[in-house]
Order: sequence, then structure tokens, then C-alpha cells
Amino acid sequence: MLLVAGLNAHYGRAHILRDMALEIGAGEVMVLLGRNGAGKSTTMKSIIGLLRPTSGRVLYGGRDIAGEEPHRVARSGVGYVPEDRRVFADLTVMENLEVGRQPAREGQRAWTPARLFELFPNLGRMRDRPGGRMSGGEQQMLTIARTLMGNPRLLLLDEPSEGLAPVIVEQMAAAILALKAEGLTILLAEQNPHFAGGIADRATVVEKGAVVWSGSMAALRADDDARRRYLAV
Amino acid sequence: MDSVLPQLLTGLATASSLFLVASGLTIIFGVTRIVNFSHGSLTMLGAYIGWSILTRLPRDPAWFALGILLTALATALIGVLIERVVLRRVYRAPELFQLLATFGVVLIVQDATLWLWGAVELPLPRPRWLRGFVEVAGGRFPFYDLVLIAIGPVVLGLLWLVMNRTRWGTLVRAATLDREMVAALGVDQRRLFTSVFALGAGLAGLGGALSLPNASANLGIDLSVITDAFVVVVVGGLGSLPGAFVASLLIGILQAFGIVLVPKITLVLVFLVMAVVLVFRPNGLMGRPQAEAREAALAAPVVRAAPPALRWLGAVALVLAVLAPFGAGDYYLTVLTDACVAILFATSLHFMMGPGGMASFGHAAWFGIGAYAAGLLLHWAGAPMPLGLLAAPVAAGIVAALFGWFVVRLSGVYLSMLTLAFAQIAWAVSFQWVEVTGGDNGLLGVWPPDWARSPRVTYWIALALSVGVALLLRRALYAPYGYALRAARDSAARAQSIGLDVARLRLVALVIAGAACGLGGAIFSYGKGGVFPTYISIPHSVEALLMVLLGGLQTVAGPIVGALVYTGLADLLVRSTDLWRLVLGAVIVLLVTAFPEGIAGAARRLWLRGREA
Repeated sequence: MLLVAGLNAHYGRAHILRDMALEIGAGEVMVLLGRNGAGKSTTMKSIIGLLRPTSGRVLYGGRDIAGEEPHRVARSGVGYVPEDRRVFADLTVMENLEVGRQPAREGQRAWTPARLFELFPNLGRMRDRPGGRMSGGEQQMLTIARTLMGNPRLLLLDEPSEGLAPVIVEQMAAAILALKAEGLTILLAEQNPHFAGGIADRATVVEKGAVVWSGSMAALRADDDARRRYLAV
Repeated sequence: MDSVLPQLLTGLATASSLFLVASGLTIIFGVTRIVNFSHGSLTMLGAYIGWSILTRLPRDPAWFALGILLTALATALIGVLIERVVLRRVYRAPELFQLLATFGVVLIVQDATLWLWGAVELPLPRPRWLRGFVEVAGGRFPFYDLVLIAIGPVVLGLLWLVMNRTRWGTLVRAATLDREMVAALGVDQRRLFTSVFALGAGLAGLGGALSLPNASANLGIDLSVITDAFVVVVVGGLGSLPGAFVASLLIGILQAFGIVLVPKITLVLVFLVMAVVLVFRPNGLMGRPQAEAREAALAAPVVRAAPPALRWLGAVALVLAVLAPFGAGDYYLTVLTDACVAILFATSLHFMMGPGGMASFGHAAWFGIGAYAAGLLLHWAGAPMPLGLLAAPVAAGIVAALFGWFVVRLSGVYLSMLTLAFAQIAWAVSFQWVEVTGGDNGLLGVWPPDWARSPRVTYWIALALSVGVALLLRRALYAPYGYALRAARDSAARAQSIGLDVARLRLVALVIAGAACGLGGAIFSYGKGGVFPTYISIPHSVEALLMVLLGGLQTVAGPIVGALVYTGLADLLVRSTDLWRLVLGAVIVLLVTAFPEGIAGAARRLWLRGREA
């Protein structure tokens, strides 16, 4: 469904992504593992188009979307959930969801606020609360729900467990598993291998903007050396 | 009590018109982050187009309302045109370029309006129903003012409904908070921006057309309206509609009572109120701190020392300049004297703008204050030229310190808007305070003493002072103070955390720039033999920006080269065409849209590309 090949990206003069490569099949959950600053967020921003890659290809459904504008990429079915949440602080929960709303694609069951409140019951109880007056966990759920309103086929989830209380992290993992069960394809960025372990099928480990390891989650669990080298804090 | 109520109602009517214009400005800023200088021009077009439409329609209320709405629609369409042709190309450009681009539009619209409608004021013949009076608390009150008073809250209500009850409004509010995220959610920013601009332009046109029955369509509307609108938006808080409404009421009522109580200094009063508000609420009454820009910030210009070859070139040029009077005729000597003044004008602006990071749209204020200080001293106290040349920078520096005390803590956009508002107020004072400044006629007979009267000596004095000041400014940049100033520009927070007093550094930069510019104003006055309000006019301020822009912010030599090139070009342009505003505006728009990273930046890019190939 998504194929990233030879992707290079810069912030100013700093070379962040160096020949980044990824491949995700439909319905798969792939986790992008790596330390802070390894290039996980930059990869996601380059896919959605918030950062224009300097070279390389991003094939989505067979079409090269590298360098396309974010709204076009989003409308073609890529949903992006940023790491720092970025809820619209003055807008209520319902209004936040409205901003994300886009028509459903063929053969898709459209997301509605009602369905999303089943997935995230907390949100249903605070429909008229401004995003700025919600807890971190609630905001994280709202950003995911907001992106789902665009009825994406591929979801880019940037560190959804970051800074959340353990109870909320569990809820988050359950919600992502529910989305996986719906058949959504997910690219998940994480620093926390334990969180990813319960959700992802395959892992790609990045360091300094390049892939250093990739394989199934089971293989990663078996490879002590790789875990120690790339993921130990 | 008798005079209070009518004044209050007049103030409320003024407030309504102000709100219409300011609300459009604030909505546009909220979403696009562009301060639209051409907003006043849209109001002016609203007045002219309204005049053309209303004078052709039957004169009864229904047709009047229809004509007003048609006018708003027409200005909305013009707004769309401006957005598509100009603004769309500069959304990612540095702030200064955006401001300049809309400024180019102001100049173009001025000449286009003059060309289409002529220079004569166009009053709207008022039908009987518009001239009616209503009895209010025993006093007779113009019916139309009551209509205006009602329109303000009605428009506020409608805007509230649109913003809070429609999908479009929700998207606009979301984009005001984080437009990048809105795009990542699949919303086409371009269409959103265009539609927002259309709404804002329509409101501006509405304000212009509705002001017709009480005023007239004239060519001064654009700059007077934009000054008022800036004040309202700054006081209310950028991006806040309720803030704009409250501030409109405040300013409108203040103006109405000010005219009765202190007729000569109403504008000064308004400025003082604005200053007080900003001291206590730096983001305006209802504004919030500007969110950090989400897009990666552009690297700020670095001031680099010139290579030795360039220094030799400069030394040679200086020797030639000193010897010039032996070869050039009197006309060219006056042009060269102007060029020396331009160097002071541009280097002083560059000092606060490049290393100081404070863009000013009212740099001519300091120029004018210096000029008037010298002129008034001569006129009222008979002070000789050396004293005038000393007093000019001192006066400009003191006023800059007072002004700076209020503004140096403000963010870039607020500061730019306030510099413009301040310059406009200084202009109004020089224009209106006829007893002291001579008003439009200016102060005449500001000549140097006999020993300095020949163009040759005047030129040498100008050359010595401008080169001397330019070298002093350069010295300051490479002194510890200059490094501290640049640190404060690049990251105020980090500079503060290592113990630099950012506000003080910027204040000093403003005072130095103001003083240097004031000296330029005095030299200019002695060269021309008079002081006039046009020295403080907004186009003059823009000239300074153009000079700096032409030369680039990156180098100390930049503004000097820019000043020389600009003086030469302007001399050619003014001598060859009447439509100089149109040409100048078009050149600005072209430059800014063709080289959104700056001329120096473009040159650098081309140079690098050439070397890589």
C-alpha cells in the first residue's frame, strides 16, 4: 500500500533522512522504532507532505505522492496524527472533529462522531469542551478521532503513547487494535518497544535517518543484539 | 450634558465604520498571518465604486441598500484578484516581503483610482431620506448615523454566526490556530485563504461605501483608514473579532470626544490610549500571544564583514565622491546630496531592521522629526545650522526612546504596524498644527548660513556626515553591543537566559536608528531650504524600505548600495513619468513575487547554482 524508497529530507542544511525506505502492505501495522531524533517524525511529515523531501519516492497505492501538498495527500486517503497532538485549543471536541471531516471512499464505512465515541468513550462525554481544556490523554484521543473523520485508508500515528499515564496507554493500545481489526493500515512511530510489541506486525528500526534493521516483531524479539544496540535507552 | 449624547452617538457611528474595516483586517490576519496594508485601499475602492454605483441608481432606501451590497461584492472580487495575483506567491516569504507586497498594491491602487476617477473629491448627493433627523433625548440626531450604529452590532452578530455555526467558519477558526494541521487534515488552504480574503475585502468595501453619505470618495481614504484600522486591531488584539469591536467603540468614542475637547491633538490622544493599552496588555485587549510559527523559520540574515577587495572599492568610491564637486554640475551635486541623505536614511533603517530584527514601516517619522527640529529651531529661535544639525538627532533620538519604550517588547507584526501608525500621527501633527509647523505650506527659508550655501559645501557636509554616521553604525555592529543585538534578534529567549536585556538592546537600536535618521532629515532640509509634511509621508517610509531591500539585509554595504541605486532610479522615474506610484508599486510587487527570498538571497542562490554546475 505504501512504499518509501530512497527518501532524503533536510531541515535547512541539516540532512535528516538518508535514503529512508519502508514498505507496508494493506491491513498491516508497521512500527517505526528508534530513539529521539532518529527521523521517525520526519519520515511521517515527508509522507504527508508537511516537509518536502529533497529526493526519493513515496508510492501510495502505486502513485508517487512525494512533494505533493498535504491536503492532496490527506484527501487521497492518508491520515496523519502528529506527535505533539495539535488539537485546535479554542474549538470544541465536535468542532475539532468537523475540521477533520472528509467524504468516505468507496466501499468504506464512514466514520461519524457517534462511531468514534464508541471507540473513545471519554470524548463522547465532553462534546462541547474546548480542546485546550482537556487532559493530555483526551487530547491524544481527540487527534486520532479527528484524523479518522477524514476516513483514511492509511494512518500515520506519531508516538501516540508519548507522555501518557499507563492506564491511558492501555486504552490507546486497545483503540489501535480495534482500528487494525477494522482493516486500517497503520504506520506507527514509537520509542517504546513494549507498547509497539502488542500492536505491530512488523518493525523497522531507524537510526540517524536511515533504516538499520527491519523484520517481523517476532524476529525483533528474538534478536537481543539489535534490541540492545538500537533500542536500549 | 447636552453635548455629551450627540457626541456619544457620533462616536458610536464612527465606531461602526471602523469595525467593518478592522474586522476584515483582523480576519485576514488571523488566517493568513499577513498584515494587509492594502486593506485601506480596498475601503477607498469601496467608496469610489459605491459612488459610481449609487449615483446611477434610483435614490430610495431599497436601491441604496442594493448598491451598497453590490459594492461590497465588487471589492470582494477585487480582493480575490489581489490574493490570487500577489499574496498567494508570498505566503511563505519573510514577513517584510508580505508587508511590502501589499504596500505595492496600495501604490498601484492609488494611481489606478486617480486615473479612473480623477483627483477631485466625489461627494454623494444625499437624497431626502438620508438627510433626515431623529429626535433623541431632546436633541436632533442624523438618521443615517443611527443606521450606521445599528450596522456594527449586526455585522458582528452575522460574523459570529458564520464563524461558529458553519463548516467554513470552523475551518477558518482552526486555520487561525494551526493552519498547517488544517492542511494535513485535507483542507485546501488556497481556497480557504482566497475565500477569507474575499470576505475581508468585502467588509472593507462595505465600510467604504457606507461612509459615503457622511464623507466623500477621496484619495486620502486609504492611508487614513489603514492607520485607524491598525490602531483598532492592535488595541483589540490581532485576530480577535470581539476585540476589534470593543476597540472600535473605544477609538470611535475617543475620537468623537477628542475633537470637541482637544481638536488639534485627537490623533495623539488615540495613540496615547493605544500605548497605555499595550503596556498593560501587550497582545491587545482580547488578543492572545501569537502562536510560534509552525513552519520552519527562515535563517535570519547574517552580517558579514566585506572582503578586502570590496573595501578597496569602497575607499576608491569615497575618494571619487570627495572629488565629485570638481567635475559635476550643480544639478548633479544636489542629486548627490540627496544620495548622501538617502545613505543615512537607509543605513539607519538597516541598523534596526537587519541586526535589530525590527521592521519599520514608519522610518520617515524620525526623518521628519529631525527635519522639523532643525526647521523649528531656525524659524522660532533663529538657531544656526550647526545647532540644528545637533538638535535634529537629539530630538529624533528622544522621541524614538519614548516611542520605543512602548513598542520594543512587542512582536514583529505589532511593531511594524505601530511604526506606521506613529509615522502617520507625526505626519498629521505636522500637517494640522498650522500655527507652529506651517501645515501644508511647511517651514520655508531653512537655508544654511552663507559660508555653507553653495551646493558644493552643502554636498561636502552631507557626505562627511553620512559617511561618518555609516562608519559609526558599522562600528556598533561589530562591537559587543552589535553581537548582543543580533543574539537578541535570533533568539530572544536564549539571549535573555544568558543575561542580555533584550528590550534594552532593542530600545538602544531604535534610538540610534532614529537619531541617525533624524540627522539625515536635517541635512535634507538645509539642502532643500524647507521642511514639509511630505517628509513624514508613508511613501517616504516605503522608500527607505525599498533601499534596504534593494541592497539586501545581509551586508553593511547593502543599504548604501541600495540607497545609491534607488536615488538614481527615482531621479530617472520622477523625471520621466507622472504615474510613478503605479510604476513603483508594480516594481515592488514584481520584485517581491519574483524573489520571495530577497534580492540578495536570489543572487546568492543563482551564484551557488552557477558554482555547482
